[in-house]
Amino acid sequence: MENAVISCRGLKKYYPDVKAVDGLDLSVAANECFGLLGPNGAGKTTTIEILEGLTIPDGGDVEILGMTWRSHERDLRERIGISLQETQLHEKLTVYETVRLFRSFYRAGPDPESVMHDLSLDEKRDSRVGKLSGGQKQRLAVACALVGDPDILFLDEPTTGLDPQSRLQLWEVVARFRKKGGTVLLTTHNMEEAERLCDHIAIVDHGHLIALGTPKELIAKLEAPNIIEFTSEPPLPPEAILALPACHGCSPHGNAWQLRVDSLAEAVPQLIDLVEKHGAKLVSLSTHAATLEDLFVSLTGRELRDV
Amino acid sequence: MSKGVRPAIVELTSARTKEFIRETEAIFWVFGFPLILALALGFAFREKAPDRIPVGVVSGPEAPQRLAALQKSPVLAPRIVSEAEGRDALRHGRVSLLIDGGDAVIYRFDPTRPDSRTARQEADDALQTAAGRRNVIVAREEFVHEQGARYIDFLIPGLLGMNLMGTGMWGMGFTIANARMKKLLKRLVATPMRKSQYLIAQFLSRLIFLTLEVIVLVAFGWIVFGVRVNGSLTLLAVLCLVGGYAFSGLGLLTASRARTLEGVSGLMNLIMMPMWLCSGVFFSYERFPDKVKPLIRALPLTMLNDALRAVINDAAPLTRVAPQIALLAVWGLATFAIGLKIFRWQ
Ligand SMILES: Nc1ncnc2c1ncn2[C@@H]1O[C@H](COP(=O)(O)OP(=O)(O)O)[C@@H](O)[C@H]1O
Ligand SMILES: [Mg+2]
Repeated sequence: MENAVISCRGLKKYYPDVKAVDGLDLSVAANECFGLLGPNGAGKTTTIEILEGLTIPDGGDVEILGMTWRSHERDLRERIGISLQETQLHEKLTVYETVRLFRSFYRAGPDPESVMHDLSLDEKRDSRVGKLSGGQKQRLAVACALVGDPDILFLDEPTTGLDPQSRLQLWEVVARFRKKGGTVLLTTHNMEEAERLCDHIAIVDHGHLIALGTPKELIAKLEAPNIIEFTSEPPLPPEAILALPACHGCSPHGNAWQLRVDSLAEAVPQLIDLVEKHGAKLVSLSTHAATLEDLFVSLTGRELRDV
Repeated sequence: MSKGVRPAIVELTSARTKEFIRETEAIFWVFGFPLILALALGFAFREKAPDRIPVGVVSGPEAPQRLAALQKSPVLAPRIVSEAEGRDALRHGRVSLLIDGGDAVIYRFDPTRPDSRTARQEADDALQTAAGRRNVIVAREEFVHEQGARYIDFLIPGLLGMNLMGTGMWGMGFTIANARMKKLLKRLVATPMRKSQYLIAQFLSRLIFLTLEVIVLVAFGWIVFGVRVNGSLTLLAVLCLVGGYAFSGLGLLTASRARTLEGVSGLMNLIMMPMWLCSGVFFSYERFPDKVKPLIRALPLTMLNDALRAVINDAAPLTRVAPQIALLAVWGLATFAIGLKIFRWQ
């Protein structure tokens, strides 16, 4: 908490039919990349917009760079850059005109030309915003966030819906921003993104924090670091699978079963025995090391993507 | 400031202006539509020679002579008909007067119809003159078509007022509601931009187009229909400015909370419709009952139209339109202030 550049305690935001954020504590250190991870409707956008001073919380305190929104709104606005989950910039303006417009709001910052260059938008300098691809629009949104030379960058789902190449480009932008000393808070429901990009990750669900740590710490939280996925004909009953000594848990995944296990060497033979004992035939079997995705499943019993 | 970047108010105004210029449809509604309306209405109601009154002459030996005499009258359109045909035409109003009889002329007509009475008088004059009657007094006719009293003279200032209202309200209201819906307003308030600057920029950009609109419409009326600005051009400019300002304020207020374009469109129409109908755009509101006139006069478009007509048609001095200018300024100030106060940025 000492040198946190973003911190909040007991954050609450209740809407008439849903508790969007329900008692959230977060702390983001200087120069780190912090990820808010969770399924749709988890409360990520609500949380990040409260931190950005755009939504007033029903309860809790927020401190950004040692200041509060109530007392230092203008100073804070000069020092943070924001990309909202969904903003449509002026379709009829060109990329350059848009960046220049946003640049004019800030006291200091880089030249519009150099920001466009950093985001590989030079070629699109004179294109209308309405004619850009999804990835280009997203880069323009980030350009508008960087044009005031911010200390903190807030990105709400910066890569959702982008093709892999655009996604990589944005990851590079984030890495470069951090090299210059910047702090990043981003939301995502993409596991790979969180694991690749973030120093710390907070997993949220239904407005609650359900896990917090570095990607490694979080994965280590799974008592069983390996996953076996298999299908058989006919399928086995879950009680039988759970009864396996090496199995720490199992959940359905499509029409397959996923088992969380300690040691693959122990568990795979046990499983093959079980299949034979039931007079069934193994149709498919695969294994992988546990990921954040598996952690989410083990924490909530639901999958991240399709909630 | 970094290279090529101008102050926020300039950038915002120029962004809004470019956005508008690049919206071809909007250009038509602002510049093309009022001109087309002026053209159509101007020609539909232009002064023409009054229609001639149809008169039937029952065939007979005297008919050709009578026809020739009647044709000399500038107001009658005589033709020869059989008696049955003539009576039928008279009954159905196809002729206003039927002329019959031998040596003694018979005028058949319905005395309750003014055109029939006119036709009887005119026909009698024509026939008597042809028969050799001499007029005792010398008389000369002089026709009056005073510039400033034609329908088009009435219409052009009304269209000017209507256009100032329409573009002022839509220009502000639509843009704001659209930006709110696209979360652009939210994105803008997430920067250090001053909120008042955004709204002032919208208005400044409006002023640029307002100036063009007024020049185009006034020049059009002058060149095509000879509608002259009899009063001071400076005063006209001041009026347009204050009018545009008042309606921009009203547009801002209308759009200050609406979340959807449908919502803001409905509200706009609700506010503008009564003014289109009552504020004397196409016809004078003097025909409304006396009781509602004070109400109509309190509408901003009525004030603007009255003042525009006073300056354009009657060459009114500042002192005569000062009350309207002051009231419109109050309208603008109040609506801007309230609109800004209750404005929803997200
Ligand atoms: N303005 C609002 N009014 C009512 N409910 C809202 C509003 N904004 C968000 N919610 C609800 O709050 C919950 C969290 O939403 P959100 O923060 O957008 O989640 P996420 O960004 O994680 O997908 C959702 O159930 C959403 O429907
Ligand atoms: Mg979201």
